[in-house]
Amino acid sequence: MKQLLMGNEAIARGAVEAGIDVATAYPGTPSSEVFTTLVKMAPEYGFYAEYSVNEKAALEVAAGASYAGARSIVTMKQVGLNVAADPLMSLAYIGVKGGLVLVVADDPGPHSSQTEQDTRKFGQFAKLPVFNPATPQEAKDMTLAAFETSEKFGLPVILRPTTRTCHVCQDVELGEVKKSKKAIRFEKDPKWVIMPKLSYIKHKELNIKYLKSAEMFETSPFNESIIRGNKGIITTGVSYNYVMEALEILGENLSVLKIGTYPIPQKMATNFLKQMDTVLVVEEQEPVLEDEVIKLAWKNDLRVDISGKHDSNVPREGELDTDRVIAIIRKFLGLSEETVSPVSPPELPVRPPTLCAGCPHRASFYVFKKATGKKNAIFTGDIGCYTLGNAPPLEALDTCLCMGAGVTQAQGLKRAEPQKKLVAFIGDSTFFHSGITGLVNAVYNQTDITVVILDNRTTAMTGFQPHPGLPQTAMGNIENPIDIEALVKACGVKNVYKADPYNLEQAQKIASKALEDSGPSVVIMERECVHLVRPSTRYEVEMDKCSNCGVCYKTFGCPALFIEDDRVKIADDCNGCSVCSQICPSGAIKPVQRP
Amino acid sequence: MTDTGILIVGVGGQGTLLSSRILGEVALRSGMDVKVSEVHGMAQRGGSVVTHVRFGKKVYCPLVGAGQADYVLAFEKLEALRWAGYLKKDGVIISNNQEIPPIPVTLGHQKYPENIRESLEKIATTYMVDAGRIASDCGSAKAVNVVLLGVLARKLNFEKELWTKVIEETVPPKTIEINIKAFNKGYGVV
Repeated sequence: MKQLLMGNEAIARGAVEAGIDVATAYPGTPSSEVFTTLVKMAPEYGFYAEYSVNEKAALEVAAGASYAGARSIVTMKQVGLNVAADPLMSLAYIGVKGGLVLVVADDPGPHSSQTEQDTRKFGQFAKLPVFNPATPQEAKDMTLAAFETSEKFGLPVILRPTTRTCHVCQDVELGEVKKSKKAIRFEKDPKWVIMPKLSYIKHKELNIKYLKSAEMFETSPFNESIIRGNKGIITTGVSYNYVMEALEILGENLSVLKIGTYPIPQKMATNFLKQMDTVLVVEEQEPVLEDEVIKLAWKNDLRVDISGKHDSNVPREGELDTDRVIAIIRKFLGLSEETVSPVSPPELPVRPPTLCAGCPHRASFYVFKKATGKKNAIFTGDIGCYTLGNAPPLEALDTCLCMGAGVTQAQGLKRAEPQKKLVAFIGDSTFFHSGITGLVNAVYNQTDITVVILDNRTTAMTGFQPHPGLPQTAMGNIENPIDIEALVKACGVKNVYKADPYNLEQAQKIASKALEDSGPSVVIMERECVHLVRPSTRYEVEMDKCSNCGVCYKTFGCPALFIEDDRVKIADDCNGCSVCSQICPSGAIKPVQRP
Repeated sequence: MTDTGILIVGVGGQGTLLSSRILGEVALRSGMDVKVSEVHGMAQRGGSVVTHVRFGKKVYCPLVGAGQADYVLAFEKLEALRWAGYLKKDGVIISNNQEIPPIPVTLGHQKYPENIRESLEKIATTYMVDAGRIASDCGSAKAVNVVLLGVLARKLNFEKELWTKVIEETVPPKTIEINIKAFNKGYGVV
């Protein structure tokens, strides 16, 4: 049976067909839908699923389950793997019993990430096998193969899709769901306790396993060699699709070596190279495949010209597509460059993403901008929807680095410039992910900063996942979620406040108070994300009262406010937060009931 | 190349994802090889979004190349203009007549272009549809996407019954009636 599935859904399906017992994740674009799909399937197929507090926790929970022999999957985005790097590096040495597959989604472009880091490099660093799918179908098939490989070598295995596999839909052939029959039991053994002496032995084992996996991949269906003459292209992942289409369009019949597994099958690649005079390596991000090919050519003393990133034919940054690959192949073949210039979009107003109409974060930023006034203040930021607070007209974020960094960077800035007010903004989910450590650091070192926790009761940016502050988990409801206020107090913060960002006057008083406190203070801005509530009112401008001063849209910048015939109006997507009516100096903005 | 390439463009949150899923499913059930490339993440927060849909005998690449699109289906007319350059020589634009000013326009930093309809008509055959009003008449302003999908459906060679069946299976159960109404209205526009 075939079904139209997104790559991420196909990976989830593959995991279920592999008979997983445990699934863990911290969401992050472009990986998030793997896990949201798994959550929906968990009750029917009887496996455990959890949103872990961060990627490190997610990998460790999965590793624990796998020590006992359970099959586990853990999903994250590429920068999430940085957070999980510590357990991953050691886990490669210690190994696993039940299959453990890490889905790490890379984001060339990037579309929705801080970096374009290449997880294939991470795989080489950790000496772990990596599967690199080209299509949703292959992503599903590779998920199953990854579990087999993981159990064969007793190693965690990485599946590394990229955005154009994660978020591409195609018809996917569904397979049977295997019922797990294995005995699950943790066997006590010193091999689970990492010690320097054991590490040396395990490191040797790991090096052997890595070479063995390359040998096994010689017969993998994900690697394919097509010989059609002595000019060839070596490619991997989504780039394979662009290459095949480009060759079809150009009417060129070059040889093609498609690599889907890392470490790469050396014999297969060497055989291919032996039959070539020149090869072009087409891949996104780092020259991982190209470097391997160069090594093989050198080792085997092959006289073959290799083109790719090292001669600047293939870019190292951004995404590829068929048009770019056509240009690359034309250059490689020495064909004349196409005279048709690529379409450049006309000079049009840009449409950057923005905080939604009625977003409580906008009001929180507004409040703190007002409260700091003309004081010398720096607003540090973090990862989430609220990163968009940096855009005009708010321009309320001065920094954004990585998950949790806003809280700690504020402390460094404060030490460097003690005369300045430092305000760190962090979302609720991000706070649980990696903000708590930074807050404890501020309390311990008595650094005078104000941390603003933007508590919108969800993980909004990645698709409204729950977090530890909410009475839901991936499996259902719980009674005692973690109370952020109690947690902050337990961290030793003396000055803790709560405010509703929709109540500007109250929130501003609290903000001003927190800014005057000495030592670390925390303000919890509590208001649900607008996507979680159905507004009963919206607001309208009473034209006879409006003085057309523009304060509302020029300082607050809600996208529901727009200009028509030189007058400000409120669009139908108003979510009724009322904040613009509180800002309006003429009292011209009034609520109307929705029908 | 005998395959069909369609760009579905609009403003994040307008329902481009749902529309591309419906279109992809209809093409799949009509026996085509299908690839749909979606946009998730930050751009979905009111940014300019584009979803690529390709179907035919064999489709490798999930992206429609510049100058390769048969249709640009636009949920907002500035976005229609932004992506119109992707059309083939004989490509067709189906666009919502609605204007959603981006923030830089509201702030007065940039100007919303005038006479978009005329600009589009210079590029390709253009169907400008008052989808916002039609959707509201059907019971929900949010059904703009399905109205426009109806207009597109009329141009493509898939069975109408298949469209309505897939819509019924794809949209939230409570909104089936509104969406079917919106689709039929769109189907009858041109």
